[in-house]
Amino acid sequence: MFSKLPTAAKGMVPGAMVLTLGLALAACGHKPPKTLPPEPAPAVSQATPPPPTNQGPVPGSAADFVAQMMGKDTIHFALDKYSVDPGETPALQAQAQWLMRYPSKKATIEGHCDERGTREYNLALGERRATAAKNYLVSLGVDASRLTTISYGKERPIDTASTEEAYARNRRAVTVAID
Amino acid sequence: MKTSMKALLMAAGMSAVLVGAAADAQQIAPASILPPPQIQQKPADTGGLTGSVSDDSAWVDLGIDIPSFATPADVPTQASAGGTAALGRAIADVITADLKNNGLFKPIGPAKLPAIGMGDVTQPDFPGWSSRGAEMLVHGSVRAGSDGSLMVSCYLYDVRLQQQLTKAAWTFTAGDWRRAAHKCSDVIYSRLSGESPFFDSRIAYIAETGPKDHRMKRLAIMDSDGANHRFITTGQAMALTPRFSPDYKKILYLSYLNGRPRIYIYDIASSSQRLVAETGNPTFAPRWSPDGKWILYSMAVAGNTNIYRISASGGSSQKLTDTPGINVGGSYSPDGNRIVFESDRGGSQQIYVMNADGSNQHRISFFGGKAATPEWSPRGDQIAFTRIGGGGFGIAVTDPNGSGARTLTHGWQDEAPTWAPNGRIIQFFRSERGAAGRSSLWQVDLTGSHERRLPTPVDGSDPSWGPIRQ
Repeated sequence: MFSKLPTAAKGMVPGAMVLTLGLALAACGHKPPKTLPPEPAPAVSQATPPPPTNQGPVPGSAADFVAQMMGKDTIHFALDKYSVDPGETPALQAQAQWLMRYPSKKATIEGHCDERGTREYNLALGERRATAAKNYLVSLGVDASRLTTISYGKERPIDTASTEEAYARNRRAVTVAID
Repeated sequence: MKTSMKALLMAAGMSAVLVGAAADAQQIAPASILPPPQIQQKPADTGGLTGSVSDDSAWVDLGIDIPSFATPADVPTQASAGGTAALGRAIADVITADLKNNGLFKPIGPAKLPAIGMGDVTQPDFPGWSSRGAEMLVHGSVRAGSDGSLMVSCYLYDVRLQQQLTKAAWTFTAGDWRRAAHKCSDVIYSRLSGESPFFDSRIAYIAETGPKDHRMKRLAIMDSDGANHRFITTGQAMALTPRFSPDYKKILYLSYLNGRPRIYIYDIASSSQRLVAETGNPTFAPRWSPDGKWILYSMAVAGNTNIYRISASGGSSQKLTDTPGINVGGSYSPDGNRIVFESDRGGSQQIYVMNADGSNQHRISFFGGKAATPEWSPRGDQIAFTRIGGGGFGIAVTDPNGSGARTLTHGWQDEAPTWAPNGRIIQFFRSERGAAGRSSLWQVDLTGSHERRLPTPVDGSDPSWGPIRQ
């Protein structure tokens, strides 16, 4: 379906290479989590999920995705841009690994913008960002039919301040696993 | 006598200046003593609206006395305001508020004026009103029809000339009594300013409550003065960007119903709605054509957004723009032949114009910074838009050919202009900086020097001002 890389991911590493790199770097992201996960589960190194031995989220559940991602459910964008920054690719690799581990699971990618754009333009820009993230996941091997996108424009900021720091946090694409 | 002549000449002169109705003015006074029209004909490439805006002119200082409307018999009505006597007072109050809140004239309402009888309506006590210092006088009557209707008359007099300037009468259902007041306001305003009417019109907007990161956004409608306010949606699904149909029977808006942002067409009489276009993709930014027969919408496919046109009665869509990137919104010229829209095809948000069939797409905004949300004036002579730059948004206008751009407001974020039915006032929403996320509806005139906040029950955004009601 996507025989070549989407233009949205211009400048990124080719998919196969990224996947290899991603496996090697599993759960070893250098960036601190953007938000504190509810209960960090132990790092999973096997392709098969271990049986649930504690009170953690059910493996393969939406809550498990959030816990496993440790903030990597979200990638960020530059001002008025929708291309996937190379620094954000480890997060998408982690998402792709989880999604390939649970092939029956579907996910929605939410695109968001900071408040410095007009409402309707931001709805379109959020859709571009969500689509860029989706295309990247597809390039890593996730079936496109499992991924949907939705744009919230500037209507759902995660940081309500009107500062550069808040704007940077709000320009994002968030992958949400569906139970 | 001198003053009243001045008043009348001013009104006549403004007619000539504002609408070029020189012939009409000459019927009232010899052309030789009329003030020379400042703009006789709009230049093709003008730098702005100097001389044709309705604010600092002398007529706005005209004193107008508006006593309670008379009634032949105080008959109970279905109106919430009460019987015909109470309605006579209420109508005069609404007219007074219409004029006062828009900075038009110096109205004095019924609370400070003596009552009148039915005989006064057509034969005013000119000496009495003159001794009170009134320059202009509004009289009217309210009577109940046998079928529950209301018959309302409205007369405008020049007190010192002792002359009737205009009169009108309407029949409304009792529940629509405020429309009679707005119609009378429109008659007064149009006669004295030479402008087209705008009071008897409605506004759709988004009512906002709650914290900034989980804001509840509901579709709401109200009269142009904020009365008859009604929430249409419950807020469970986020609603955005409403547009009243030209006949006020339907509203186009974006809803996140079922977790999917798509445009619905809501029918007010039946409280039902349907999708505008059956598509698997998100649709947004809905717009009506001036005749209500066509709908423009924007649709994102694989990340790219383009503008489409579909018949208001359904059918297949026609793709009007076809470029990578974002093409969004759209606003028809009053004759329906052209569409102004927003596109980032050149690298940033700018304003483009195309023919209604999508041909001849060309950029008109070269103002520096970005330009968004263009809206064609109902008069056709201006395009309002959101000007983005310098860390904020402001409301601006330009000629349709892209020349003569002027910024009217400089809020931190003033966004999404919508025109009054007469193209003389622009409404928009203003967002406040910071974590509270407050927003409110505002109006500005075409000089940019007169701003007014519209009172709404809760915060407001995305105003959409409809045409004069028929």
